[in-house]
Amino acid sequence: MSGGLSPLSFPKNARAALANPPLLKAIAHIEETLVNGRRRATEALPEFDALRDAGRDIKAHTLKHLDLYLEAFERKVLEAGGVVHWAADAADANRIILGICREVGARRVTKGKSMITEEVGLNAFLQANGITPVETDLGEYIIQLRGETPSHIIAPAVHVNKEQVAADFRRVHADLDPKRNLDEPTSLLAEARGVLRERFLSADVGITGANFLVAETGSTVIVTNEGNGDLTQILPKTHIVLASIEKVVPTLEDVATIMRLLARSATGQEMSVYTTFSTGPRRAGDPDGPEAFHVVLLDNGRSAMLGNEFEDMLRCIRCGACINHCPVYRSIGGHAYGSVYPGPMGSVLTPSLQGLDASAHLANASTLCGRCESVCPMRIPLPKMLRHWREKEFERHLTPRKARFGLAVWRFLATRPSLYGLATRLAAWGLARLAGRDGALRQVPLAGGWTRWRDLPAPEGGTFRTEWAKRGRT
Amino acid sequence: MSNRDAILGRIRRSLGVSGSDATRLAATRHRLTETPVNVVPARGQLPSAERVELFVRKASEVFASVARLDGRDDIPAAVANYLRDRNLPQAVRRGDDPRLATLPWDREAQLAVTVGPSDGKDLVGISHADAGVAETGTVVLTSGPDNPTTLNFLPDHHIVVIDASTVAGDYETVWADLRRRFGAGAMPRTVNLVTGPSRSADIEETLLLGAHGPRSLYILVVG
Repeated sequence: MSGGLSPLSFPKNARAALANPPLLKAIAHIEETLVNGRRRATEALPEFDALRDAGRDIKAHTLKHLDLYLEAFERKVLEAGGVVHWAADAADANRIILGICREVGARRVTKGKSMITEEVGLNAFLQANGITPVETDLGEYIIQLRGETPSHIIAPAVHVNKEQVAADFRRVHADLDPKRNLDEPTSLLAEARGVLRERFLSADVGITGANFLVAETGSTVIVTNEGNGDLTQILPKTHIVLASIEKVVPTLEDVATIMRLLARSATGQEMSVYTTFSTGPRRAGDPDGPEAFHVVLLDNGRSAMLGNEFEDMLRCIRCGACINHCPVYRSIGGHAYGSVYPGPMGSVLTPSLQGLDASAHLANASTLCGRCESVCPMRIPLPKMLRHWREKEFERHLTPRKARFGLAVWRFLATRPSLYGLATRLAAWGLARLAGRDGALRQVPLAGGWTRWRDLPAPEGGTFRTEWAKRGRT
Repeated sequence: MSNRDAILGRIRRSLGVSGSDATRLAATRHRLTETPVNVVPARGQLPSAERVELFVRKASEVFASVARLDGRDDIPAAVANYLRDRNLPQAVRRGDDPRLATLPWDREAQLAVTVGPSDGKDLVGISHADAGVAETGTVVLTSGPDNPTTLNFLPDHHIVVIDASTVAGDYETVWADLRRRFGAGAMPRTVNLVTGPSRSADIEETLLLGAHGPRSLYILVVG
């Protein structure tokens, strides 16, 4: 779905991304802003690792009692005067939301940033039914104008540069002075603020996602920096929250713990600017706030992940740290994955939601270097789960024939130790001869996929097993 | 079967559990009523004077401007000065909160103070925070008949008054206070935790202030 690409064409998508210099330049910003930002923020909090343990434990406990916490959450929303809807899949969620919009005769709908609405394809569905929702997060607004999908879960327009944004604004905001200066990001931001302010004030329905659902109070919680989510949910008469079932946490204390992990892991902020708890519709005497409050709880494959090897993935809080630290994502950006959720978390989650047949390559879009797990605030063992998917892919014969042949050859050798030793010694000797003076190989037979993009360092000395034997160990 | 029962049924099947298991019910009831505290950073656990200093420092780090005032009666002059310094018209909108309504606004003859929610035309809104969190320089605002949420988001400038005595070290202290005021398990319609003025880094990862919410946040710490 992403940018019209599919996970099934990942190798082709990745090649195209590698040959796209503006894209590579745009995603290079991630190192200084998000990666270094996270490092600085986590180093400044001595309890960070203890908080990670606590966060993992909160989610693990919640998942084991998910049915009961969802029931508790529902009770509290009803007590506060809200309405709870249950959606088994994307089609359900879309139908329910369209139904609410139609019931109140909505013509104008605003949206806060929400990956879950991307997952169900809400915008396209509403549009097909005569309602065009307006994205209000600056990054989401930009990609909506461009007819694209997010290339990152927290920085949706990370692949776009400011010249492209200026061109889009000139094209779409055609009633503004064509001679206006849009050279600087500040003028782009000011223009978006002005245009969207009108949309906020005239919207009939506001749709947001949720970072947390609080079972103790029936609150939905959104975390934003721009304030767009708040304007989306307080100005229209109807507020709809779409959230997946694993967003529920027991108490406010549990929100506090995960909150301390979320912004630090995502952007390197200690706290995002706006963390807002919404509980039911406006109360008697309240001068503002929505008159109706709907929560749509979405399953869409998650209940089937409980109790199996992918349950841990449901701890994910969508901070994007694994994405920012992934050498594969950092080389190709998010659209190449062809899935709604890119990077390591996306490669684990997508096959669970869409099935392995529709997302077979994703588990291989990783070097298994382990950086994702090392920065994950919820300590999700992402590499282990990527391996699970690779195994399933192999079992189901979805692995390409060349790779299966390679694996068969390797197995043949690996189960015959003396033959294996001979083959590796020969290969090491041969590769060392082939290398240039700098010890780097620019071309290797059968390894064009590697050497096309980088050199292969030539082996120095003997194989691991000969070195091991030299040290007198067996 | 309804969607609700189907989803809950699938969850229970996957987990291999029942919805009426007494141990599970007791575990969730315990957590929801006892609300155990998890890890709380040492950073905010300070005596009151240092706690307020940390709050001021943390709020300043995220580009809020902060002023300390000796007493509530100094607020109108501080507001008028803020507007003058920024060449803003002498006009501010507030809710009907008694903590703001009872201030000596008439001492600032030029200052027009209007009351009610914002319709988006106000340049400056003023609210009273219920609490602050020193750990991150966060102010906590709750909605109610006298405290419109729109004042926190629509005006270009947001002035927030906070009593120094309500600055807590951590969020957990604020939650306990909310439970005392609104009852266990109950919340006002909207609770806003605000940490600095609105911002976006969505264009080339460049941090810019003033996205959709207030371009500036001015915190007046009283006492």
